Amino acid sequence: MTSRDEILAAVKQNQPELIDLPALDLFFETENPSDIASFSKVLEAIGGKAYEVNDYSEIIAQIKYDFLLEGKRVVSDLPEFSAIAKPYTGTDNHELADVELMILPAHFAVAENGACWISSELFADPIMPFIPQHLILIVKKENVVATMNQAYALIATKDYAYAAFIAGPSKTADIEQSLVLGAHGPKSMKVFFV
Amino acid sequence: MKVADHAERSRIFNKDVDRVDWHDETLWFVRGKRDKTIHQIPEWEELRNTASQIKAHTLSNLHYYLQEFEKNATANGVTVHWAKDGAAHNQIVLEILKKNKINQMVKSKSMLTEECHLNHFLEENEVEVIDSDLGERILQLAKDTPSHIVLPCIHMKKEEIGELFHEHLGTPAGNADPQFLTAAARESLRNTFLNFKAALTGVNFAIAETGEIVVATNEGNADMGVHLADVHIASMGIEKLIPQRKHLGVFLRILTRSATGQPITTYSSHFKKPGAGKEMHIILVDNGRTRQLGRADFRNSLKCIRCGACMNTCPVYRRSGGHSYHNVIAGPIGSILAPNLDMKEHADLPFASTLCGSCSNVCPVKIDIHDQLYKWRQVIVKEGYVDPAKKVAMEVMAKALASPTLYRLAGKAARTTLKYAPFVVNNKFNAWYLHREMPEVPKSSFGEWYQKNRKNND
Amino acid sequence: MKVALFIPCYVDQFYPNVAIATLELLEKYGCEVSYPKNQTCCGQPMANSGFEHLTGGCDRNFVNNFKGYDYIVAPSGSCVLHIREHLHDEDDPEEAKKIRETTYELISFLTDILKVKELNASFPHKVGMHQSCHGLRGLKLAQMSELNAPDFSKPAQLLNMVKDIEIIHLGRVDECCGFGGTFCVAEEAVSVKMGQDRVADHIQHEAEYITGVDMSCLMHMEGILKRQKSNVKIIHLAEILNGGTK
Repeated sequence: MTSRDEILAAVKQNQPELIDLPALDLFFETENPSDIASFSKVLEAIGGKAYEVNDYSEIIAQIKYDFLLEGKRVVSDLPEFSAIAKPYTGTDNHELADVELMILPAHFAVAENGACWISSELFADPIMPFIPQHLILIVKKENVVATMNQAYALIATKDYAYAAFIAGPSKTADIEQSLVLGAHGPKSMKVFFV
Repeated sequence: MKVADHAERSRIFNKDVDRVDWHDETLWFVRGKRDKTIHQIPEWEELRNTASQIKAHTLSNLHYYLQEFEKNATANGVTVHWAKDGAAHNQIVLEILKKNKINQMVKSKSMLTEECHLNHFLEENEVEVIDSDLGERILQLAKDTPSHIVLPCIHMKKEEIGELFHEHLGTPAGNADPQFLTAAARESLRNTFLNFKAALTGVNFAIAETGEIVVATNEGNADMGVHLADVHIASMGIEKLIPQRKHLGVFLRILTRSATGQPITTYSSHFKKPGAGKEMHIILVDNGRTRQLGRADFRNSLKCIRCGACMNTCPVYRRSGGHSYHNVIAGPIGSILAPNLDMKEHADLPFASTLCGSCSNVCPVKIDIHDQLYKWRQVIVKEGYVDPAKKVAMEVMAKALASPTLYRLAGKAARTTLKYAPFVVNNKFNAWYLHREMPEVPKSSFGEWYQKNRKNND
Repeated sequence: MKVALFIPCYVDQFYPNVAIATLELLEKYGCEVSYPKNQTCCGQPMANSGFEHLTGGCDRNFVNNFKGYDYIVAPSGSCVLHIREHLHDEDDPEEAKKIRETTYELISFLTDILKVKELNASFPHKVGMHQSCHGLRGLKLAQMSELNAPDFSKPAQLLNMVKDIEIIHLGRVDECCGFGGTFCVAEEAVSVKMGQDRVADHIQHEAEYITGVDMSCLMHMEGILKRQKSNVKIIHLAEILNGGTK
């Protein structure tokens, strides 16, 4: 008998009688806020920042205000940022190690926890949200949902190789519970609603 | 040689009162953050109920879900392995690395690999392992073990970490600033991420319906390791399964709120298919889990999603430290998991509790932890893993308490010496009196008073 | 209403005043109270130590003593919880079941069965309320701080009827005191530290008295207070509700 068969046999023998799987309907009955202001408040509390803007030029102006980008590498596949960023066209993702600022699109934002949903078909390589010193995500204004139940209702059947919720900058509190932003990934994370 | 038990280790831990107070207050602060955040979710208790039921359902249908998961993961291009125990798991990891001619591996947080003692095994087989979670990395440098499943080095002070980094990472002596030390670790680990070809991660949830796994981190270390490596190995206990992706909508709402009070971890990463030209392996590990599944009274412990809330709230854990539990998983949940693995070795753990019940109340999947502690006590006594002197004392007491005449005799004696009072029954040196006065002895018992004053009612 | 008084063994032996206060309180509210004199103990000390299988004799004695009453009332959440969850008698399972369901801790008996609306009691002191775990999380005498659920407190409901009393707020509203039955000696170091911390919370918030529904917790904290030569005293809730004078 292989390990697989042994484990499965033991499971079959020891699992109890079938218990019903509960429905999730009740989590769609409560009214939870799904506005940008609610999202922004949560994101700020976890070390990120959100902006609501009218167009891409406002985003670029804000980026120029927030970052000193001279001599620094800025990467974005979004054509709207071609004035300040270059698309990633390489084949070895280790080349991205020196990126200062990455600007990426995200599918939607979740108001209850400040998270944005990204998936691998949105950009060339899954390391892109993790490796830069700073990260900016771009979300359409209408794409905010209230809770994670709503979020998974949207993505329940989507296919992807890799996907993630990202909520704020990389952080750790492993040393005496002191919060430090920028553990391994981006030291800052901003979301622009356009 | 018998390892020191929880009581003895706690006694030693309590010699440094300042450290006990710091440990207690720091973890209580985390519990407070958890309280604050759950009060912002009106449907919190329904989420706990639902999560508990989803897990109950999954465990009752695990035979099906494991095969479903294997089938779907395989279709995604993932290689699925099965390991009966820790040794088999470690061997599988080694073989994957050997096959790919890799002798360096970066590892993100995985309590399962701690349970299997993977690092030690790989080092013996000339594979360099670097832990990338900051807390785990600190422990690795200190040659220490986690004392908490979410906050692994909560038992260390920043000065000790500063000293450690000075020795191993060349930071200036005496610098204990968390911001500075974290930056130093970031620098050093970035090199590791960029150079290591294999990355191992734990698994928070595995979805049967899609064959994908979900890993939650705040640091981004799981992703930095995996996306920059050629080979991704994910190790998981078989109890990590959930039926469908939509169920994450419940679990990701409760996991981090319970753990640290954050609304969600920074990264909730869904790994479904290997990248082009890369390998992805998932190892399904039993290591006693099927046995626990067969124990009706303790089966629910397999619902655990490893948030650590029961540790943060446990008044005993906070004042005894994780290492006092001499088990990979400490605290209340560790105390109900450990006896399944080695009952003799861990016979003391179910007794390391006042049965106050706070653990069961914070548990996001509603494991009846304190009831299971009570039930383990009964099992351990029946199996004979108990001090014979205690057994004799209990038999004497049971006899006395079953007989009103003997009880009245014993009661008189107790009032003068406290010797036979139930709460000091198994005690040779009167541990009560070390730091506590005895109750004042009244002239008469209530029974005697009643005889005098309410005769008519009798 | 025929009520049997169930007095935990250590209360009988060391805190007769608590039993007297309980008796007098019940009598004040018109209960016909008896004290079955051959009662001993609920069996919890054995059961919590893992020797539940030795509690048969205790259980039988309990059933023999307490059958035939409308209610059984005890000034202890812990002992009542044990009876409610673990009392069994193979010879008389029906009677054991009835006893499990009609055994009440004093406070919830006053609020839920007697539905007490007023008290003739005065206690002009600052009082800290210790929430004993078995009363709180076992018998649900008050809302538990871990849950996101509406607030309530049966002890507070009664204490609010006491004149001149000042209930203090605590830093940690329902943390365990560390008594824990045999835990108090088997895990002496942690038990004592928990007790010291609990007592410190009350002292820091200027309590003159610490009260509660379980004498066992109070006995543990009293032992610590006295060792520290503190002026803070312990008093069972029954004693306050029965008039407030010691």
